[in-house]
Amino acid sequence: MTSLALENVSVSYARRQALVGFSDLVKPGEWLCLIGPNGAGKSSLLRAIVGTTSHTGRVLIDGVALSSRPQRRRAQLVAYVPQTPVLPPDMTGREYVLLGRNPFVSHFGSEAHHDKSFVNDILARLDLESLADRKLANLSGGERQRLVVARAIAQEAPVLLLDEPTSALDIGHQQKALELVDKLRREHGLTVVSAMHDLTLAGTYADRLSLIHEGHVVASGTPTEVLRAETLAEFYGVSVNVHTEPDGAIAIIPRRSS
Amino acid sequence: MVTTIGRSSRWWFAIGIAALCVALLAGVMIGPAGPTWWRVPLVFLDKLPFITIDSGVSTSEWLIVWQLRTPRVLLAALVGAMLSVSGASYQGVFRNPLVDPYLLGVAAGAGLGATFVFTVNRAGTSGWLVDPLPLAAFIGGLLAVFVTYVVGTAFGGDRSSTTLVLAGVAVTSLTTALQTFMLQRNTDVVRQVYSWILGRLSTATWDDVRLVVPYVVISTTALLLHRRLLDVLRVGDDEASALGTNVRRVRLVVVVAATLGTAAAVAVSGLIGFVGIVVPHAVRLLCGTSYRVVLPMSLFVGAAFLILADIPGRILDNPAETPIGVVTAFLGAPFFLLLLRTRQVAR
Repeated sequence: MTSLALENVSVSYARRQALVGFSDLVKPGEWLCLIGPNGAGKSSLLRAIVGTTSHTGRVLIDGVALSSRPQRRRAQLVAYVPQTPVLPPDMTGREYVLLGRNPFVSHFGSEAHHDKSFVNDILARLDLESLADRKLANLSGGERQRLVVARAIAQEAPVLLLDEPTSALDIGHQQKALELVDKLRREHGLTVVSAMHDLTLAGTYADRLSLIHEGHVVASGTPTEVLRAETLAEFYGVSVNVHTEPDGAIAIIPRRSS
Repeated sequence: MVTTIGRSSRWWFAIGIAALCVALLAGVMIGPAGPTWWRVPLVFLDKLPFITIDSGVSTSEWLIVWQLRTPRVLLAALVGAMLSVSGASYQGVFRNPLVDPYLLGVAAGAGLGATFVFTVNRAGTSGWLVDPLPLAAFIGGLLAVFVTYVVGTAFGGDRSSTTLVLAGVAVTSLTTALQTFMLQRNTDVVRQVYSWILGRLSTATWDDVRLVVPYVVISTTALLLHRRLLDVLRVGDDEASALGTNVRRVRLVVVVAATLGTAAAVAVSGLIGFVGIVVPHAVRLLCGTSYRVVLPMSLFVGAAFLILADIPGRILDNPAETPIGVVTAFLGAPFFLLLLRTRQVAR
């Protein structure tokens, strides 16, 4: 079980500050969901954690700064599912998931037998065996999305970052993908940080929400604390009803203005 | 299963090596002068220790085979392999299928270096201990790529390879402009420079082979070692780096290795176009797109292709020689289109 501490993380592109001084402590096994309007800085934060964008501030995994570790080791600690993954059309599902073993293969080496059998295990467990030998170009959006998650799982990293993991999926596949992440989180004690647009889904799966607006955290806490009609009206400029089910589940219902 | 992928690639490697062997044999057996073709293998066997065969080949015929054909065939193999592997590697690190090994300015730089030697005083260098022509081409090629890399990374700043490619385009234009300017001032050497640019293997000697072997061995070894990492780069710079690969370092090492080998190949054979871009694609059409297969297969197929492409050039309008660059494109283009067509139909 691994904790993720973010200390004063800031990201800027050219003249624009995308994220200003984000701090948080994600506890081991916790699911933190970043919400906020387009361009709020959610993806920037995830990219800063995984180290693909330059940033200031510190990212600590179990108290050790991630930037002080070699790149391969970083990839063993943090797995990342990008918003729009690059999917080489001629690659097979198995080859793609095998890329997740890259952090464990030496620079000039090739995957060991156990890397290959590990990937076969993941494919079997996630019910993806039928996609293993098919080319990515011939798969549906939902099938590709599951392979991207499978690749991240193959990294065996204790921290999992998801950037809009369900944006391309229909409601059924959205639920399946998030159920899968939640199951893996429970089974393996993964610490999850995700950026999501669907507030109802965010409230359903996350332990904690962090609402980011123009690079600043404007609300943080449990779904009930953050998902309030007046908060959402202020920062999204929307008119919504927040409906709470008897079991505590929250539904965000948009309202017509006229 | 993973194992079936490994098994089929082993089959491809066997076919590739067999094709290379056939090409090597054909290359030393066929030519406008020299012994009857079927006697050539016998005479090679005869030269092996402890084997004595009456090959019926005279000493002068043996010299044609050993001093003219063999270095020419070996040089074709080395240059073809080098250009193909470099081309495939460039396509990999830049994730762009239209890239060839001349992208970052090697060709233009080498052309400028060669033009410089021709315009200054080509005739005066005949007595020199070291022929300055390949040396100038080699240095020109490396310099051009060096400038591209410095400019491209200085302006590009971050990880983007697009700036590097654009810097290569700019450096190529600048170098070509300089070369054209020098040629306009010295129109008497236009023909010589032009024939150098079209590439040739006809003057190949054992010295050329010795000159280029170390570069080809070092470069192709370095590139082949990166074949798995080139597969990782297929998901893009950001994701490859999130998967624990130092993308900038991989790109730098691959570019340096490919450039060094290409510059050496260009220095001895001129600019042989087409091979570096079409051989890797032909390989992809046949054996799939994984660099673990594409790189080694490009080596075999590139070598075999250039040996075979060199054969018609020797015999067609004998005693004149058709430039090898013309033959590669003339034979390669229809073959490639045919391959493209059959594959499209098969899909």
